[in-house]
Parts: sequence; C-alpha cells; structure tokens
Amino acid sequence: MKKSSEKNENSQQSERLKFSFFPGCSLKASGHENTMSLLKFCDRVNIELVELEDWNCCGSSSAHSIDHDAAKNLPMRNISLVPKGIPLMIACPSCLIRIKSMYLKIKRDKALKQEYEELWGKPFDEDLEIVHFFEIINKIRLEDYIDQPKDKLKNLKVAPYYGCMLSMPPDLRFEKNYYGIMEQTLKRLGADPISFGYGSRCCGTYLSVAKPQVAQKVVNEIISKAMEAGAECMVTACSMCHLNLEIRCSLENPIPVLHFSELLSMALGAQDQKKWFPRHIVDPVPLLKKRGLISS
Amino acid sequence: MINQDGGSQTLVDEIKASSGIDFNSCLHCKTCANGCPFIEGMDYAPNAVIRLIQFGMEEEALKCSTIWVCVGCNTCSSCCPMAIDIPAVMDGLRHKAIEQGVKIAEPDIMNFHTEVLNTVKKYGRTHKLEIMMRYKFKKMDLFSDMGVGLKMLKKRKLDLTPSKIQDKKAIEKIFRKK
Repeated sequence: MKKSSEKNENSQQSERLKFSFFPGCSLKASGHENTMSLLKFCDRVNIELVELEDWNCCGSSSAHSIDHDAAKNLPMRNISLVPKGIPLMIACPSCLIRIKSMYLKIKRDKALKQEYEELWGKPFDEDLEIVHFFEIINKIRLEDYIDQPKDKLKNLKVAPYYGCMLSMPPDLRFEKNYYGIMEQTLKRLGADPISFGYGSRCCGTYLSVAKPQVAQKVVNEIISKAMEAGAECMVTACSMCHLNLEIRCSLENPIPVLHFSELLSMALGAQDQKKWFPRHIVDPVPLLKKRGLISS
Repeated sequence: MINQDGGSQTLVDEIKASSGIDFNSCLHCKTCANGCPFIEGMDYAPNAVIRLIQFGMEEEALKCSTIWVCVGCNTCSSCCPMAIDIPAVMDGLRHKAIEQGVKIAEPDIMNFHTEVLNTVKKYGRTHKLEIMMRYKFKKMDLFSDMGVGLKMLKKRKLDLTPSKIQDKKAIEKIFRKK
C-alpha cells in the first residue's frame, strides 16, 4: 500500500493520525472505487493508513452461519496482526461487527483469551481501539481542508443509506453508533440530505445470490422509497450494500448510488472520478454535471 | 414454559445455552414478524420459530427454512420490546441442524456458505467469481441470472484472480478441527 506522502514530513508529521487499515474482501476485490476514494479521502485529510499486513477474511455471514470455529478463528487472527498502539480502522460494517464483537468477547472471557494467546502466540492487546471509517469524521474538522465547503455538494439531494450492520447487533449494543453522521456531513458540504425511513433496512446480503427474487424486492423497495422522498441519488456506508443496490435493482429509471467515500473525496477536490464512476451500473456523472459539481 | 407432550426440553435448554435467551420472555407480539424484510421467503415467522422451541417441537424447528433465510440483519432484535436476540436463536438452530444432519430446508443458501468458506480455506480471503461459478455449477444452473453476472464482469465488480494471504499455515490453523 502507498505510504504517506512526503510533503507533510516537516509540517504536520507529529499530528498526522495513523490507523491500521482493514479493507476486507468486498472493498479489496469488488468495491475498488470505494477503496480508491477512501484512500484518497484519508490522504487529503492528513490521515495515514497502513494496510493490516496479511489480513484475512473476517468470516462474514458464512462462517458465522455454518462454521463456529472459523467464525472465531478468522477474526482472532486479524486482531493478532494489529501492531500495538495503533487503532484498527475497518471500512466494511460487516467486517467491523465480526471483528469488534470477537474482540469484546475475548476481552471479557478469560478462557477465550488464553485460547487466543496460545493459538496466535501473542499477548492479547487489552487497549486496542477498533473503529469504523466514520470515526475519522469525528476526529477531524473537515472545514480545515476545504475552501467554501458549502459549495462542494451544493443542493444535491442525497438519501443516506447506512444498511443494517451499522445499526449494531445486540452484542455491540453499548458501542458507539454512527447514525446521523452522513446527514450531518452532507449538510456541512451543502447537500440536502433526504430522510426516507429505509436508511437502515437490510439490503439482502447473500440472499442476492441464493434468493435473488427476495433480494430484488427489498432493494427495489429501498431505492423507490428514496426516490419517492425526493432523492436524486443515494449514498451508502457499505460496499456490499452498494453492490446489492446496484445489481439487484430492477426499477425502470433508478437513481445512482454513490459510496460515501466518493462524495467526501469529491468535496475535497479529488479529480479521480474517472476511475470510480465507470464502475457504477447507474452512471452518476450526468446528475453531478447537471448540479455543476463536476466538470467532466 | 409450555411443553407439548413428547416435546423436547433438551432443545430449549440447548438453544438457551447457545443464545442466552429465556424463551419465557417472548410475548408473541409479532413485532419481529411485522418488521422482518425477508418474511416472505420464510415458512415460519420469527416469533413462530420461538413458539416451536417453547413447544419443544425440535424437528419442525430444525427443518424450517426460516433459520436459513434469516441473514441476521437484526431488524427484529432492535425492535423487540423484550430485547430478545432473535438471530442468535436462528444461529443456534442452524448449527444444531448441521450437527444432527437433518434435511436442510434451503440447500442453496447452505451451498453458498460452503463455497464462500471453500475460497477462504484456499486463499484466506473470499473470491467472488469462484464462489459464483462453483455455486452455479453445483446447482446445475449455469444460465439463470446470467445478465447480472455479465453486468458485474463488465463493470469490473468481479476480480478474475483471487486476492490471497501469504501465511498458508495460518489458514490451516484457522480451519483445523479439534
């Protein structure tokens, strides 16, 4: 992974925030535009991300559903790889849940802690901080990096879609919750966030493969509710939700679905949209041009 | 606790142990059933599955499609007035169904999970294209839903080669059966 750019070496090196970065399989292999725009965003707001070395799949729903041992060991190994003293930033809400809930389980279960230490040959890091990508927005002042932030997404009517995973399962009931952060941020950038009541509705995850009709129905419902509420595009927090909303939508003229990281990077003046947007099934370019937010 | 004649108290105890749920607390208000986005794909509503456990109706509970169609989105548990972790009940039943070797109500979903884990066993990470190909092959259904697959390839949403981890020994450790 690309290391921090050297231009900041003298000026802000000491303040530069550093995270271990866990991309997860969805971002690494299918949501490339999500990864690219996320890296761009972090670079622009002076955050250094170091990809977790040799990370593995978190196990996702599949290990959780049919293989308890793998569901335990897969996240455990990832936890054991994090260098001490550096918080772990996870971009995928589903990976976040798997890894964070396993971390908290080990923390409160002595036998499990012993098992972890024996299996991975390392002491368990009691102080490891595991955060979602959204936490970064809490840690910086976006306005410090943007001139006239209110013009950046001016008048864009966006329906923020969090998906179900960020709503936190019972295991993580007392952990930080990120609802509202997309609305707040969009407002600060001049956009008009649309609330539509389906922002945390599940996208259907793997039923998109095994029961496509069921997934199609929920996806169409989510997108049409956003459209009825007046949205002209949607923004997602999760790469897998994004994929499902794109591939399972069978509405006639659906609105484009963007990754939150794409809108953030755009607002920060990134010019790499040409690498991201051709990967979208519903092209967001005409809309963004019409609103005068991009030139080409 | 209601228990039908001949109903299984063991099932109640086992699922209680794996999920930490007191089955007496379900009021059958059906909030879970009304909120579930996937109820149409299920044979029993989520609260009905809890009812099956309350009655000790083990076979029905283990053979139902609901435990497979539930994706664990937690819509139900976040609106349950008794804060019951319903997906944890489904997990417990699913694992018990596998252990006991009962007929799986949703073989496609099981097949999908197996193929996902097969790529993780091979590469340490998932490989979507291979999962899809093997899933379709096993199902003997290569051509339905072809349009979506092609669209994904065209938009480069399916990498042709897998992303792999270096430490092969770690994968063995992860999947070693005790």
